[in-house]
Amino acid sequence: MINFSFDGKTYQAEKGDTLAAALLRNGIGLVGRSFKYHRPRGIMTAGVEEPNALVTIGDGGRTEPNTRATDVFVYEGLVAKSQNRWPNLSFDIGAVLGLAAPALSAGFYYKTFFGSAKRWMFYEYFIRKAAGLGNAPTKTDPDLFSQRAAFCDVLVVGAGPAGLSAALEAAEAGKRVILVEQDNILGASLIRDGQDRDGAWVESTQARIRAAGGRILTRTTASGYWEHDLVTLTQRIAEPGQIPPHGVAQRLWHVRAGQVILATGSIERPMAFAHNDRPGVMLSQAVRTYLNRFGVVPGKRVVIATNNDDAYKTAYALKAAGAEIVAVLDARPAPAGADSGLPVYHNAVPLSTKGARHCLKSVTARVSGLTQSWDADLIAVSGGFTPVVHLHMQAGGTLDWNDAAQAFVPATSRQNVTTIGGAANPEPVFNVVPVSTPKKSFIDFQNDVTLSDVDLAWAEGYRSVEHLKRYTTLGMATDQGKLSNMAALGRLAEKQGVAIPEAGLTTFRPPYTPVTMGLLAGAGAKDAGAHVRRLALYDVHAAKNPIWQPLGYWFRPRAYPVGSETLAQAAMREAKAVRSNVGMTDVSTLAKFEVSGPDAAAFLEIICATTVGKLAVGRGRYTFMLREDGFVFDDGTVWRLDENRYLLTSSTGGADRMATHISYVRQFLCPHLRVSAVNVQEHYAGIAVAGPQAKATLAALIGEEPPRHMSTVLAMISGVPVIILAASYSGERAFEIYVEASHAGPVWAACETEVAKQGGALYGLEAMEFLRIEKGHLVVGGEVDGRMTPHDLALDKMLNKAGGYVGASGLSRPALSEAGRRQLVGLEAIEGNIPEGAMLVTGEGASPQGHVSAAAFRILDGGSIALGQLTDGFARHGEELIATSPTRGQMARVRVVAPHFYDTAGERYRD
Amino acid sequence: MSQYSAFGLLRGALNGQKHWQPAWRDPEPKSHYDIIIIGGGGHGLATAYYLAKVHGLKNIAVLEKGWIGGGNTGRNTTIVRSNYRLKPLHDLFEFGLKMWEHLSDELNYNVMFSPRGAMFLGHSDADMTKLAERGDAMRCDGIDADLMTRDEVQKLEPLLDMSRDARFPIEGGLIQRRGGTARHDAVAWGYARGADSLGVDIVQKCEVTGFVRDGDAVVGVETTRGRINAGRVGICVAGHSGHVAGLAGLKLPVESQTLQAMVTEGVKPMINSVIMSQSLHCYISQSDKGGIVFGGDPDNWPSYAQRGNPMVMERAVAQGLALVPALSRLRMVRTWSGVTDMSFDGAPIIGETPVKNLFLNGGWCYGGFKATPASGWTYAHTLATGKPHALNAPFALDRFERGATIDETGSGPMPNSR
Amino acid sequence: MMQFTCPHCGPRDQAEFIYERTVDAVVSLDAAPEEAMKSLFTRTNPRGVDDEIWRHTYGCRAWMVITRNRVTNEISATRAVGPEALP
Repeated sequence: MINFSFDGKTYQAEKGDTLAAALLRNGIGLVGRSFKYHRPRGIMTAGVEEPNALVTIGDGGRTEPNTRATDVFVYEGLVAKSQNRWPNLSFDIGAVLGLAAPALSAGFYYKTFFGSAKRWMFYEYFIRKAAGLGNAPTKTDPDLFSQRAAFCDVLVVGAGPAGLSAALEAAEAGKRVILVEQDNILGASLIRDGQDRDGAWVESTQARIRAAGGRILTRTTASGYWEHDLVTLTQRIAEPGQIPPHGVAQRLWHVRAGQVILATGSIERPMAFAHNDRPGVMLSQAVRTYLNRFGVVPGKRVVIATNNDDAYKTAYALKAAGAEIVAVLDARPAPAGADSGLPVYHNAVPLSTKGARHCLKSVTARVSGLTQSWDADLIAVSGGFTPVVHLHMQAGGTLDWNDAAQAFVPATSRQNVTTIGGAANPEPVFNVVPVSTPKKSFIDFQNDVTLSDVDLAWAEGYRSVEHLKRYTTLGMATDQGKLSNMAALGRLAEKQGVAIPEAGLTTFRPPYTPVTMGLLAGAGAKDAGAHVRRLALYDVHAAKNPIWQPLGYWFRPRAYPVGSETLAQAAMREAKAVRSNVGMTDVSTLAKFEVSGPDAAAFLEIICATTVGKLAVGRGRYTFMLREDGFVFDDGTVWRLDENRYLLTSSTGGADRMATHISYVRQFLCPHLRVSAVNVQEHYAGIAVAGPQAKATLAALIGEEPPRHMSTVLAMISGVPVIILAASYSGERAFEIYVEASHAGPVWAACETEVAKQGGALYGLEAMEFLRIEKGHLVVGGEVDGRMTPHDLALDKMLNKAGGYVGASGLSRPALSEAGRRQLVGLEAIEGNIPEGAMLVTGEGASPQGHVSAAAFRILDGGSIALGQLTDGFARHGEELIATSPTRGQMARVRVVAPHFYDTAGERYRD
Repeated sequence: MSQYSAFGLLRGALNGQKHWQPAWRDPEPKSHYDIIIIGGGGHGLATAYYLAKVHGLKNIAVLEKGWIGGGNTGRNTTIVRSNYRLKPLHDLFEFGLKMWEHLSDELNYNVMFSPRGAMFLGHSDADMTKLAERGDAMRCDGIDADLMTRDEVQKLEPLLDMSRDARFPIEGGLIQRRGGTARHDAVAWGYARGADSLGVDIVQKCEVTGFVRDGDAVVGVETTRGRINAGRVGICVAGHSGHVAGLAGLKLPVESQTLQAMVTEGVKPMINSVIMSQSLHCYISQSDKGGIVFGGDPDNWPSYAQRGNPMVMERAVAQGLALVPALSRLRMVRTWSGVTDMSFDGAPIIGETPVKNLFLNGGWCYGGFKATPASGWTYAHTLATGKPHALNAPFALDRFERGATIDETGSGPMPNSR
Repeated sequence: MMQFTCPHCGPRDQAEFIYERTVDAVVSLDAAPEEAMKSLFTRTNPRGVDDEIWRHTYGCRAWMVITRNRVTNEISATRAVGPEALP
């Protein structure tokens, strides 16, 4: 025996019981409350289509609300709670909504609650509280979800007799087979119908499939059929709420199949009659499952209502189990045939049920036009069978109408998929048109949608099947319309006066059954699906405990505080070290491309908007790149390392974009050029040494005269070959040292020692930002925001007069040279500190004419300065404006100036 | 048109709700209309409504190939906001947001506009500065925006992961309190009911298959229900703009891409606002039925398939769970997708085309729903007068060749800009 | 998720590829400005087959042209481009 609890009370289950079977075994019929009217509900099915018996399983971070009691296997200690009720399940205050039901017809909320948005929110507060079913967990999920990819020749979905046979045949023909079954045992209808009672056939078939190399996954649902025969499988390793044996609760499979065979069977349909939703109303095949598989007899006095032969099996099974069959209501006319030994009534359809204390008491039916009632504690209904065509339809297939079965069956397939067994050939039925009754005759049980709701939607003009669905919420509950859609379609067709196939169909969308979000996320939730790249010198930095700054997928040191320094203090100290002495920083993340070949210069003059060809060997220059539409999208430096070899650097943030751009241009725009462009971003680590003492520091490191500003040499540091680029971002004499990333450690260490000898400091991104703002250098993502032309950024004088670069055509568009464009300016505070991001306005309440793209303080002299974009800014130097940030309550009076605050003549670059 | 009210529902409670009239008629198309709008989504229906209501035009038809509201109107994540960065977008979307605030009363149809707050999360100091810049731009243009501290964010959404060592730690946010969600279907239905009552013919199952030309002018449309003549024709077929404009020989700055969304099983209230994150490319809200509604990025390749993709979906879910770990044990119950018109600067196109009498409203990317009232209002003006309204003038089709693009993200001329 | 056949690597999940643009949107460097802007900013965007440029970014990084039906996702041809296509 296995102990479990339901609503705080402990019960015993048999091994192999679903929670639903265990509850029935313990005589519990009332399991949940419906969504809208809080009607008492029991167990209607024995499968994933269950609309009513929804419970919350587990506790803490393993809490799974809205779990179907029919789709969880009891384990020792399982904790289940009923939902959507207060104070308790049998006495639920919310049920008063049932009294108001006549006013709460389909779409009632569209017709009332008018007034202001605030007023709607007042009503909405109560509606939201009343809606929803279970409570979500608030604790972190302690379990793991794994994902796996697989390939096979044949994927068989469903391990009933058809699926087992198909899998066996394929496996023994030497094909790689995966067979999946959502249940925890194989056999499906064989088990339900007791046809393989000793399990011999299922057992031997299973063994043969495995012996032939087939893989069998139980408790695994094929939940989505995507493009090119990709099927996603969701595999339960632990039951809901259960502590998984190896930490992994579920596994998501992406299976690319050569061929897919769907043996998904069918789902039995309920019937529409008044009070067809109360506990004690159960689908006929579900009754059989509880009897044959679990040994539970769900009722003692049973009415059977059917339109087909299959339900007779239920009657016989019940009778054999000792239950009394008080009536078999068969919608079909009497056949000329043998006596079944059952109290069969033909031309008989159920009209309504009565109940007491949440149990079924009696059933009333119309038999050949007369009304008749029976006392009963269970009604087993069978309204026919709906083939499970979800995956076939997700794969883009079409359906045919099978009139004998009154059901849609798969027709053409768009992908390599076939459907076999009951899903392709459902049992014939007799078509029953539901009788409209004034009382609630439910078709969507969970969402409390009734036939009269369908009728109302029709009367109000919501006549397409999609309008009907959306207006009434039919088919939108957690059971996704598995039980309800056909009933609704039937009613709609009747209203339209057309055959069902002409009434239209809603789309079958993944997933087939609801999928746990944690499973979809897999391990991705840990890093939000965004990986981190580590600097080559990560450990060196980490040992100094810097403040890190996220930058795309990188984290870079933002500052290296000493003692109790704040970020601002540390950054200012570091910046001062650069201005007055020497500092060093890690610039490894910069994009770097090695461009070589006889046509390297020609290629670079296509990528870059500046001239490159005239560059002497050993020299470099600033450059920028345009998108095809003529806007500046990146900048950097280009260096001629050799006759036919160049190094191009560009921004960190744009590195991937630039790599793609370079490759695209090379392959599509100039495939004839003899050039190779290699992304060496992470091949080289980079160290910048900057400051008035940088030259002396570098001389000590390389043991020779350092290169002039904008020159490059090859050298050795600590026995490691390095490339030295004499480039400056800070405004001081500076050098970038590039070294193969795997050898960066000793070079960094040597630099650090020399910088320390000079009394210099490490500096991070924050100090770098101060330095470059003061110097008036641009940053991609700041001043270069993808909306500025070279002219807007005062770079137009550097444009290659010969043209031919990417973006030249785009740049010639008329609006790009009209007046009124935003232009790069400097800003100097007259009063207050300039808030970064603030708007530039002429006065209180005026519309912004620009904004502050970056703000800092003069490093040695103090005073708030900034770079910004301002409408027609070039012509407005000297003008006073307000930089205002209403969201931060900050404001500064500023003067528009040239965007250079430091060493405008470039004297500090000269030796 | 029968007036909707609580009283009407109570009266219906006594008569089995039998007194309601159809919300719109099902007319046969006439042979000539002054104005034909192609596309019975929210935008097309709103356009028809305002043409009738504001411009007093009577002889108008909306032609819908399927069922009204069946395209992106019924497939979006229902977010309504005007928290953009650039002025032309501020002007258009804020005009729309003000209309949302009275739309239920205007239409006598509860569109359930719920200004619960639309919040962008910031994950670094740099993010927070960018959010402040956006908020400042909004405030200076008269739109509400408030920066939020970490504590304020946590108070509003207690289930967010506020841990400092998260991959994208939450440093604060920018909230537009007047933003929120609305009931998407209700918007289409409400406008349809309103337009119908003003005499607009809403013709469903009527697909436009070609244009009737007289020289360089369009004088009508060919449809699956025959030829219909028209004074002016307005295209309003989000996702299919390229296809329909192609019937008139036009090539647009638009590529159709699939955008997916998904919803979980319903649970009791757990998400109080609309949570958005640009670092994480996802947005989360909770519907009135209790489902957690999720969206992510578009697929980034052209598609008319209207089918989802597990790769994109799993990424969006991973990002959502990184923000709200408590969503882990909820179950995704439905996923769907719409075909969106991705324009080449991320902004919509509303205005004239090079073909006389033919107008275009499209290119809404994945942001059209919130603009429905403003789109309808300005497009109605354009169709009625033949000239752009001040609000849609910047969104002219020729802005691409002129270089006057409205590039909110600065990412350039392709929807999937690298 | 589709499956593409990379001319260099064989069948691979679409997740490894990034879409660039359609072939007709390749803006030649010597195109006249007006013509260049036309091909940059307009698409036939057919509800049917088009020639698309994709890159096997998370694989061999080679470019290819894939002829694909945007409604059914049926792929009728894949060809390598650029110097990689040379024998």
